[in-house]
Amino acid sequence: MAEAPPCPIDLLVIGAGPAGARAALRAQAYGLDVLLVDENPDAGGQVWRPLPPGFARAAGIQPSSEAVQGDALRAKLRGSGIRCLFDHKVWNVGSSLRTDLIGPEGVTSWQPRALLVATGTTERVVPFIGWTLPGVVGLAAATILLKSQNMLPGRRTVVAGSGPLLLAVASGILKAGGEVAAVLDLATRSDWLQTLPSLAGRPDLLWQGVQWQARLRKAGVPLLYRHGIASVDAVGGGFRVHAQPVDRTGAHVARTAPSIFEADAVAVGHGLVPGTDITRLLRARHRYEATRGGWIADADAQGRTSVAGLYVAGDGAGIAGAAAAGAHGELAAVACAHDLGRLTAEAHARERDYLLKQWYKPARFGRAMAGLMALREGAVASIAPDTVVCRCEDVTRAEIDAAARDGALDMNQLKAWTRCGMGPCQGRTCGDVAGALLAAHVGSREAVGCFTGRAPLRPVSLAEVAGDYTYADIPIPKAAPL
Amino acid sequence: MSGNTHSSTAFDAVVIGGGVMGCSTALHLAQGGMRVALVDRGPLCREASGVNAGTLTLHMTRAALVPYAMRAWKMWMDAEKWLGTGVLATHVPGLTLAFTEAECELVELRAKARREYGAPIEVISPARAREIEPGVHPGLMKAGYCDIDGFASAYLTGRAFRHALTIAGVEVIENTPVAGIDSGDAGHLIRFDGLTNRPPLQAARVVLAGGVWIENMLAWLGVQIPIKVLVNQLIITERVRPVMRTVLSVANGLLSLKQFANGTVLIGGGWQGEGDRERGGIEARPQNLVGNMRLAAYALPALSEARIARIWLGLEAETADAMPIIGDVPGVPGAYVVGSAHSGYTSGPFMGRIMAQYILGQQPEMPLFDPARLLGMPMPGA
Repeated sequence: MAEAPPCPIDLLVIGAGPAGARAALRAQAYGLDVLLVDENPDAGGQVWRPLPPGFARAAGIQPSSEAVQGDALRAKLRGSGIRCLFDHKVWNVGSSLRTDLIGPEGVTSWQPRALLVATGTTERVVPFIGWTLPGVVGLAAATILLKSQNMLPGRRTVVAGSGPLLLAVASGILKAGGEVAAVLDLATRSDWLQTLPSLAGRPDLLWQGVQWQARLRKAGVPLLYRHGIASVDAVGGGFRVHAQPVDRTGAHVARTAPSIFEADAVAVGHGLVPGTDITRLLRARHRYEATRGGWIADADAQGRTSVAGLYVAGDGAGIAGAAAAGAHGELAAVACAHDLGRLTAEAHARERDYLLKQWYKPARFGRAMAGLMALREGAVASIAPDTVVCRCEDVTRAEIDAAARDGALDMNQLKAWTRCGMGPCQGRTCGDVAGALLAAHVGSREAVGCFTGRAPLRPVSLAEVAGDYTYADIPIPKAAPL
Repeated sequence: MSGNTHSSTAFDAVVIGGGVMGCSTALHLAQGGMRVALVDRGPLCREASGVNAGTLTLHMTRAALVPYAMRAWKMWMDAEKWLGTGVLATHVPGLTLAFTEAECELVELRAKARREYGAPIEVISPARAREIEPGVHPGLMKAGYCDIDGFASAYLTGRAFRHALTIAGVEVIENTPVAGIDSGDAGHLIRFDGLTNRPPLQAARVVLAGGVWIENMLAWLGVQIPIKVLVNQLIITERVRPVMRTVLSVANGLLSLKQFANGTVLIGGGWQGEGDRERGGIEARPQNLVGNMRLAAYALPALSEARIARIWLGLEAETADAMPIIGDVPGVPGAYVVGSAHSGYTSGPFMGRIMAQYILGQQPEMPLFDPARLLGMPMPGA
């Protein structure tokens, strides 16, 4: 990688979900030379995920509306001639926005004038005893199984957590012929009712929710509001799931006995956390906003961050949902086109105002859903001491609390003292919950901050970076002083 | 407490800079009977002292510092005894590798120079080296061998010192940037950044232990001594099967390799990244990442399939003569400075101990490094 200078490009878009793909299309329309990169085999992201390569929908199976929208987007991208690198991971981004990729052909580097990060979210799981057992999967993972692979997570599944994915997954399991042992929702019915005004502009989504509910009722699935998982035990070939009543904050209510459900799979998720690895790596300014998923890059309405040339769009910029992500991506593309001199200030303002109107209604709904999925303090407080929080490094809640009592003041100190977040996921999985645990001792999420972003964003081998070489090719610097 | 500011802010000594040297100085001063505060603008040991490669080797120590490093090596290995908790210091032998004729010469020369200062380094054949470390590259021509070698997990340093400092009664003040020092006959007044809302500390003595920021700290006292900033790159792999059992370096000193008990392999050696004193470490230089990884995977071929988990940077300080700065701040009574040692982590705890011995009026176990020699000395290459 050292030999070849990075390949110049106007705009590099990371993530080919609704935000990134629509941004790429829009930017190309303004004459920008665009490169679209995604680690998946095709565009669509999490919500509009395609079937795996070589798979086709069986005759007679109706594609979902999301599949239809995704197929349309993929067709549009293919027709556009935009350069797309799928199956490519971004492993490093430099302060010049130089972007290093690792793909099937090895390591390549690109030098964009503008970089748009549309990397979506990571699913949050508030840990409980048993959450790392094989067969306990995220709600988002369950949707991948159901949507992309037409697979059930198990024969009989407990679906638990918070947010709209709960009903979507439970209903999807029933539709695909599976059994749902129970749905455990941290929220109450009235929490859901409070989101109704945001649905005013989206009768389609309201109708979808009603259908999901009806399907669950018809199948006689117990739907327990204000319940969480206390623990999952592996028993024989399956699981025994202990469902615990919780209060408004998600804290376990101790006096009530748990209900026990037998299942062979658990799908659980407690909302989504915006992916900020790249913006943190580039030291952009961030702020904590619980109802938008947690830490997000500080950006204007069009995704301009505090770093010149760096833009964010879609759920990774703060959760507003897939339906709003497309318009958000286009807003960022319009900003890039203007900032790179392809759009006059007047045209920029016109396009921006039009897109903001398009974005508003779905974003209002998406943000209401994000509110339902926001991390609940009580749920974090109820994590049992010997529960693993950082699963890469097996760091328990008790170890995090001990570090806090010993004087760890921020996330990087916690990382150093406990190895929490030092594993291959770079803290993507544990960072949010570990932050909440430390903040409970120190005072606030702002005070403890977040893990410093570090390369590689995805693990890369020495061989891949080093390439082919002999000893003479190693540019050995002059010897250190003796 | 707010009504009794005098007794709560008057110290026998205030140490500014909570890295290894500052922590060790503060700890030994407190154990010597002084009332001590330790101040850092961030958390303890989160700069060079917490992010370095943790190499406890003599192969990369400047020859004249070998006697210091050997004493410090012992302190690290015994850390549980004097700190209460350790830093996973691990004693393994160290090999320094030569792959060319020129490097063989360098290994011989450097082993000899360090032997003269007491380092038990011998030059061994490739066959012998492979008995000690079977995974080394078959192209090995010669190796320097030293039994006194090993490594620590540097990221645990802050936790270990914090524990010991608390027990010793040192007032640890973290996340509190110092704005300046007013020095007079009555001692020193250490002023804080206005945002901290903290009253100044009064101290009979002040110790500057700010690593690469010593240059800025000395400027508070009107003293100008340039300190060079090295921006060292570090690379760590994911956990891998056992691939090595020594600390490996190369003849010219620009590689360090070790595998921790948890299976991760740390690749260091001082390849330079981007950054400076003001902004800290910014990012790795791509060509230096490639160079460092090539050298590591060449020295130990089994490493090439390992995946990189993380890359980071640490700032290392260097004086004009690349020797430490430990002693009186020239012209300022009751002010001291300790820092800027090559391989400063290795020697750090001992350097803090001799600094404390000097301040306590005892005879230091080894000579200090008079800061006055650096006044007016030009920085090479500057």
